[in-house]
Amino acid sequence: MSNMRTPLRTVRGLGAAKDGTTHFWLTRVSGLALVPLTLFAVGLAFALIGKDQAAVRAVIAQPVVAIPLILFVVIGVEHMRLGIQESIADYIHGELLKVLTLVANTACCLVVGAASVFSILLIAFGA
Amino acid sequence: MSQPTATRARPVSPHLQIYRFTPTMAMSIVHRITGIVLYFGMLLLAAWLVAAASGGVWFERAGWLLGSWFGVAVLVGFTWAVWHHLFGGIRHFIWDTGVGTEKHTSTLLAWLTLVASLVCTAATWAVYLVWF
Repeated sequence: MSNMRTPLRTVRGLGAAKDGTTHFWLTRVSGLALVPLTLFAVGLAFALIGKDQAAVRAVIAQPVVAIPLILFVVIGVEHMRLGIQESIADYIHGELLKVLTLVANTACCLVVGAASVFSILLIAFGA
Repeated sequence: MSQPTATRARPVSPHLQIYRFTPTMAMSIVHRITGIVLYFGMLLLAAWLVAAASGGVWFERAGWLLGSWFGVAVLVGFTWAVWHHLFGGIRHFIWDTGVGTEKHTSTLLAWLTLVASLVCTAATWAVYLVWF
């Protein structure tokens, strides 16, 4: 099969999304970080089941819980954004709808991240 | 260049319905579905954290919902999605090193992903029911 790319495209090596292996690499690195962080989050969730609000806040307020929980949310949100971006690129073909869903995906991840981190900090600082 | 170089239709690859269904294919699809499910899981986690940080009414309502049969079913589903996506990710890390892409090995890894996810989901809830 003949090469569909111009020589300049080939030498840049950035592919159709124009960012080379960045997406692949970010997915892997965030995924690796999420292995221990997810185990922590699952453990935390089960430890908090059935507890009242004061007890839940007391647990989350501890630095050993709040810090990994913030890391879980921030890295998780980035991993989500990357994964759904890939799904959108695969399944949504219309250019306008694709751009709109990609923007909505980023916005959604930012809102989830901001709401989660702000809530954890509110709890941690005892507001 | 004033003319586009490619005027013919570009070659396209055949899609899913062309191939015989295999365990690796199934686990690949499930990996993506669990990823999308966990996206909504993070939305719920954010809502729950906001409720925990704000007034007691919302936290009580969230607790009531999570404690209902519907809430427990959703939590069991999320537990399985977490484990499946985690083991699926580890499978990708193995492949990234160039190992395990041979036909029979990758099929074995696909089955292991499914079995490990089901075993860990059962174990997680068993630990919860016994210890808490």
